[in-house]
Amino acid sequence: MSNQLNKKLISSLIMNNAKVLDIGCGNGELLYHLEKTKSINGQGIEISPKGVKESVSKGLSVIQGDADIDLVNFPDNTFDVVILSHTLQATHKPKEVLIEMLRIGKKCIISIPNFGYWKYRMQMLFFGIMPITRTLSEPWYSTQNIHLCTIKDFINMCESLNISINEAFRNTTYSIKKINKPNSYMNNLLSIEGIFVLSNNIN
Amino acid sequence: MLIIYFNIETKIKRKKINNIKDKIQKIFGPIKLSLEGGQTLKGTTIAYSTWGALNTEKSNAILICHALTGDQFVTGKNPITNRNGWWESIVGPNKIFDTNKYFIICSNVLGGCMGTTGPSSINEQENVQYGMKFPIFTIKDMVNLQLALIDSLEIDQLFSVVGGSMGGMQAIEWASSYPERVYSAIPIATSYRHSAQNIAFHEVGRQAIMNDPNWQQGNYYNKEVKPRHGLSVARMIAHITYLSEGAFQEKFGRDMQSKVLSWGFDADFQVESYLRHQGISFVDRFDANSYLYITRAMDYFDLSHSYDGDLSAAFKNTKCKIMIVSFTSDWLFPSSESLAIVKALNKTAADVSFIEVESDKGHDSFLLEVKDFYEILSGFISGAARKK
Repeated sequence: MSNQLNKKLISSLIMNNAKVLDIGCGNGELLYHLEKTKSINGQGIEISPKGVKESVSKGLSVIQGDADIDLVNFPDNTFDVVILSHTLQATHKPKEVLIEMLRIGKKCIISIPNFGYWKYRMQMLFFGIMPITRTLSEPWYSTQNIHLCTIKDFINMCESLNISINEAFRNTTYSIKKINKPNSYMNNLLSIEGIFVLSNNIN
Repeated sequence: MLIIYFNIETKIKRKKINNIKDKIQKIFGPIKLSLEGGQTLKGTTIAYSTWGALNTEKSNAILICHALTGDQFVTGKNPITNRNGWWESIVGPNKIFDTNKYFIICSNVLGGCMGTTGPSSINEQENVQYGMKFPIFTIKDMVNLQLALIDSLEIDQLFSVVGGSMGGMQAIEWASSYPERVYSAIPIATSYRHSAQNIAFHEVGRQAIMNDPNWQQGNYYNKEVKPRHGLSVARMIAHITYLSEGAFQEKFGRDMQSKVLSWGFDADFQVESYLRHQGISFVDRFDANSYLYITRAMDYFDLSHSYDGDLSAAFKNTKCKIMIVSFTSDWLFPSSESLAIVKALNKTAADVSFIEVESDKGHDSFLLEVKDFYEILSGFISGAARKK
């Protein structure tokens, strides 16, 4: 459900016929959806050969690559939109990846699993273990998610880098709501996911 | 006596082969071909085969480019070897390159020995085979000859150009030099330039041929003996580079031909016997001089050379869809070579896909049934067709 909501929101943020890069595109589901609904000109980067294979089999243009390494190859402003959906937390250098995204894309859409979600906090507080949920399903020793953060953390990082957030959304698993107050305690506590729209003409 | 017998037998065989070859293949030419080296090759003809039908819009043509020792007989029975075509498993009705949908073209490369003008062709000025008087040519010259063929078929834009190894070099050259003439390109297990190691292997092969006393400075065509040993050794060396350590180990291990050692230099091990067989069967179907010239063309290939080493400049007008494929165990054209092309294409924001396919079969993987490889080829072709 939350995944579908995410897809729907991202789709609504993209204009027709846009040139879109999806970093960490997985099996290409989102790109495929956007090509069908928005006639985008899509390109993907995916680290797993399985994901690349599945994406290419859908007719998508996807390169087997790594967000940490391969973004440097693209020229400035190559894409109208660069999407990083549930991938930032798996990169080695999230800050650098973000800066590169803003260089190569006019608009960036980033979604992160919110580690400040109450269920995660509960597991830490009451059981003293690293949280395991449907979204973050792998135990600490095998998870790809090496740089987890909260909605608040992400907003703070953007502030420190002088990146303005154009729009921000939060996913409550039942619905997606606009974040009007970035510092809201409750937003951070009650959202499973944060979605941010940044653009590069601001900095 | 025995030699004469074999010679007669070979001549009969050769004549028979030529007859079959003439029947099933098409010839375009003669044309005048200007070569990159500055020379002009008069009376150039190109031999090719086609499958399927060209549609009225002429938008369904796929050019398949063969590798160093390949030929135009992609699918169906090869009239020379009597074996199945080298891409039999993916080219044909309802296969990945579906001949019910697509018009498949494959031509013998410039300098080849399967009907296209090459060192074994008659130099009309001297009424004798060219031999070493054949001009040095390049991958681009091969492509230019293919272009002349495509022009003659009045095809404005190929739906796709695809090839592995040297065929991949041609596919890349098409995408770089004639980007508007191709809708998509699939270079497989290839590079934008021949590496030092690959040049080194080719050099050993060429030295084996040229040091065979029967090579006779390339003038062996009308002689009783040909540089069979040299060419056979060249093939044996090359064949090692087409496999991988794992593939050799898995296929042969230390398996013996018989249970007892010969305590000599016979082919005790199955791997030795296999290589010897590869060498010997090759000389029946390939011309030694063609081998010299075509390996040279590969060595000279460096797409970035004309652009002061800036590979991305070679693709500045490349708008076609490109899918680059490499194989994990290919040490002749390793994935790093493909990645260099991908990076250059990314710099021009080209429409590119890249996948490194898991396979333990080495460079030859592109000729073998590798499930993941077939799936992505099929996906790419159908995706490209959908978007056209």
